Amino acid sequence: MADFVSDTDTLIRYREDEPVDHAAVTVDSFLDQSNASAVRVEPGDDARELIPHLERLALVEVNFPAFGDGRGYSSARLLREAGYEGELRAVGDVLVDQVAYMRRCGFDAFEPDAALNEDDLETALSRWPEVYQPAADSRTPIWAKRHA
Amino acid sequence: MYKYDSYDQQMVDARVEEFRDQARRRLEGKLTEDQFKPLRLMNGLYLQLHAYMLRVAIPYGTLDSRQMHALADIADKYDRGYGHFTTRQNIQYNWIKLEDAADILADLAKVEMHAIQTSGNCIRNISSDHFAGAAADEVVDPRPYAELLRQWSSFHPEFSYLPRKFKIAVIASDTDRAAMRLHDIGIQIVEQDGELGAAFYVGGGMGRTPMIAPCINPFVPLDQLVTYAEACLRVYNRHGRRDNKYKARIKILVHEMGAEEYTRQVEAEFAHLLEQGVEPPFAELERIRTFFEDPLFEADLTDDIDRSDPDFALWVDRNTVAHKADGYVSAVISLKPVGGIPGDATTEQMHLMADLARDYSFDELRVMHTQNIVLPHVRKADLHALWTALEAAGLGSPNLDTVEDIIACPGLDYCSLANARSIPVAQQISERFAANGKTEALGQLKLKISGCINACGHHHAGHIGILGVDKKGVENYQLLLGGSEAEDVSLAKITGPGFDEAGIVDAVETAADVYLRERQDGERFLDTYRRIGMTPFKEALYG
Repeated sequence: MADFVSDTDTLIRYREDEPVDHAAVTVDSFLDQSNASAVRVEPGDDARELIPHLERLALVEVNFPAFGDGRGYSSARLLREAGYEGELRAVGDVLVDQVAYMRRCGFDAFEPDAALNEDDLETALSRWPEVYQPAADSRTPIWAKRHA
Repeated sequence: MYKYDSYDQQMVDARVEEFRDQARRRLEGKLTEDQFKPLRLMNGLYLQLHAYMLRVAIPYGTLDSRQMHALADIADKYDRGYGHFTTRQNIQYNWIKLEDAADILADLAKVEMHAIQTSGNCIRNISSDHFAGAAADEVVDPRPYAELLRQWSSFHPEFSYLPRKFKIAVIASDTDRAAMRLHDIGIQIVEQDGELGAAFYVGGGMGRTPMIAPCINPFVPLDQLVTYAEACLRVYNRHGRRDNKYKARIKILVHEMGAEEYTRQVEAEFAHLLEQGVEPPFAELERIRTFFEDPLFEADLTDDIDRSDPDFALWVDRNTVAHKADGYVSAVISLKPVGGIPGDATTEQMHLMADLARDYSFDELRVMHTQNIVLPHVRKADLHALWTALEAAGLGSPNLDTVEDIIACPGLDYCSLANARSIPVAQQISERFAANGKTEALGQLKLKISGCINACGHHHAGHIGILGVDKKGVENYQLLLGGSEAEDVSLAKITGPGFDEAGIVDAVETAADVYLRERQDGERFLDTYRRIGMTPFKEALYG
């Protein structure tokens, strides 16, 4: 069980709304009960199972038990492609060198196991002047600019 | 060939700065080696037995003289005066210091080159036919499609932490010169009723579990190419195995799931992604295509070649290949001198090849997956001058596709994964056949050597393959027969118990002798093996 204080310490949000104030449940629990509005997606979960229920979700946590397991990037993008507009939070082994790609895949909050250095984070998020491909963020790909 | 615009240049420059920052944080101890490893790998930096190795991308194997000069300068300035051309049409440097790596990337960026995604569990540099744009048999130049996919796959936010590395090859002729079906995705551009499309082969690979990729879609329209690739990757990223690194390649997923089910999932994802607008406009493909238009080939050139010098005539016969334009050939510069290290070139040789490309080949060079260099567009009238210059630099070996033209991985001389040395075995085999004079009689005989089961030396695809293993602390070499990476793709089979270092050289000669004894009219080694089977070879080897 994670320490509550350190949890709030590492939470970084790129949203204006108030964070959900209760813990996220597992995908199985969420699908079994109707009142939860926060769910945690593990790497092996099928994020598509949430799609029929997006309107009652305010927070989806996508867990990265190890930063090298990239399934969560697909989970995030799938949810955004399905129209999910609530908070999408990357939790777990979330490192500064992965956050730029996570933002592109639709994450708008991070709750890393270890706090991120603020300067490094800012550098990482402003690193890429352009992008080659569309994703779940609003950035215009290079090919669209070339043929504007 | 493709030229960066300001967008491409900004991206490569940003990558250099990103890596400089990451290397600094590593050297300051702010990144652990475990955290730094995937980051340096995605910039082509490996830690090997003795030093760092840097692998530089040569997209689809195409480069110009300016770039080849820059590669030579890097070998001189940061390494030991040579570089090693690889089976994925890249170059690697074996003696790199971590402190220099960002500066090397900056030098590369100045000539529109990089080391982006040449390693790591991401989409790697895309390979292609080394005769693209020159071959008489292609339906179209495959490189614009490879470039389109290069841009799509560069810094892809969803597919940078895949279960395992991911290799794509694109060809556009029925003759496969890129081992297309032994890639994670092999794409063949095909023509159907006057329309071009892409046939997708998914789930091939070598490594410890070699597989030939099945065709999962024979015709993807070109204006949906990127979308289809994205669907293939997403199904893999979500469902590829992550519990065991040896079962993490897409070939295992396709095999375990079944090609039919994998295809069904890809098609469903594809239908979904078509609604997401991930495909570049066709105008972008058209823009890229303009960079690959034919150079201005001269008309009315002579097809005559003065063959009075027999050494030159032999080189012409062996090392030049038919070209689509009259009066031209593609000329192969062998990096396989007898007794040499396959794929190695010195700084001086790289400078010379660059100059020769400028003078004789419209400023273009290609790296072959067989670790040789191509000058794609050479006037027949210039061949003698070209050959004379190559000969003087030790680059004139007339041995394309012969038993001397060996693919070999770096092996235990450099690689921390290897179980056995590959280079000395390659050296001894080429010396043996050069000395006994059988090279000529053997004709086409593709010999490929890997120093471990990871198969970087493509031993599964060799007409004759050699696999180095560790047998109770001693290097031991297994012999395989009957593989092919070409359009007649097949996987080689092990003959039986392995051999020691001297024994494997003898064993290759024994197998070659069986072929010379048994062959019928016009048969290559591979054809004879396929006709007579393993038994006669086993009898000769172990009888």
